[in-house]
Amino acid sequence: MKENLYKYILGIADNSLILGQRLGELCGHGPSLETDIACTNISLDLFGQVRSYFQYAAKIAGDDRTEDDIAMLRKEREYFNLLLVEQPNANFAYTIGRQFLFDVYHLAFLSELQKSADLTLSAIANKCVKEVSYHERFSSDWIKRLGDGTKESHQKMQDAINDLWTYTDELFHQTEADITMVSEGIGVDVTKLKEGYYKRVNEILEAATLETPESKYFQKGGKKGMHTEHLGFILSNLQYMQRTYPNMKW
Amino acid sequence: MVTEKQHIDDILIPILEKVSDPEIPVLSIMDMGVVRSAVIINDIVKVEITPTYSGCPAMDVIGDDIKSALKDAGYNSEIELILHPAWTTDWITPRGRQALEDYGIAAPLEAEEDKGVLLEGKRLVKCTNCGSQNTRLVSQFGSTACKAQFQCEDCQEPFDYFKCLK
Repeated sequence: MKENLYKYILGIADNSLILGQRLGELCGHGPSLETDIACTNISLDLFGQVRSYFQYAAKIAGDDRTEDDIAMLRKEREYFNLLLVEQPNANFAYTIGRQFLFDVYHLAFLSELQKSADLTLSAIANKCVKEVSYHERFSSDWIKRLGDGTKESHQKMQDAINDLWTYTDELFHQTEADITMVSEGIGVDVTKLKEGYYKRVNEILEAATLETPESKYFQKGGKKGMHTEHLGFILSNLQYMQRTYPNMKW
Repeated sequence: MVTEKQHIDDILIPILEKVSDPEIPVLSIMDMGVVRSAVIINDIVKVEITPTYSGCPAMDVIGDDIKSALKDAGYNSEIELILHPAWTTDWITPRGRQALEDYGIAAPLEAEEDKGVLLEGKRLVKCTNCGSQNTRLVSQFGSTACKAQFQCEDCQEPFDYFKCLK
């Protein structure tokens, strides 16, 4: 089995899985019907993407593992998503802030992944990039609306950005699997995305009359399986049915 | 514009044209452009379909419906989901666009106009009920992943708009 490729795929897919699960929590609980539908639609896109990645990962694993096993039966330390995407929906500003800070990265990442020497990954990226450009438009639009909205929405949006900022540096960290995949022309060199990312983020924040945080203190760990306390709770929700009734199907 | 050639055996076309999108029953999957190839090899029909959106739950149903339509016509079949080249709204045929409009879903605009209506509040989407362009975006996301919600300011009709995907 191609261990590095397998890990690399999980590293990409887990972001979509965990963020999709977070957004799914808003089903029936969004602040308005339209945003509720938007968040769950984005969630659906992300889950669709996850299926493509996990089906491919299962093929690479080459044993009797299925896409569902990969999604549902790993332990916390075996998930490699970014810390950013597991942060809770503390309020709508956090949901939008998290989405925006991830979407800008996700769009740049997928644009590059389209050039991957791995044809399956480039095909998936080619498909996903179209969907994610809609996500990025949606979250950027809301950043501006809330930032340049009322005094209260401005303050809440600024607080959310300030708090989530600490998770942005990790977007550009590389694991060993990442480095190997980059050297084989399969993976994306995320260190090269950093400058463009902060430029785009600054641009939108400025248009939203928000300030770009100056803090240089950053959290990391998710990419290596070291998570914030939130992931355990997400997984217990996500995995409950499969753990309680093993192999159950709809 | 992306043009990708479809390879579909002539004899299979009338069968596949009868299969419709479960979310939009008036629209044949052929007019939707999701069938990329269908060929008979050793008495088995090999069909390749491509999803509109990655998470589109209709794809599993479409696969099953194709199988059963082919079965009724006396063929066994194998369905494969392919991702490349990625589906685009350009693949919806003119007949498909008309079927959407007749059903009450505004057909996709070109990419620039699409951005204008979804982000900049431009009024370019024609109401499917009265034809007025005095329409307002209600929500960028709608009842399915591929649609946004609009309302006509003249006749007040709420309707879906099929988003441009390229």
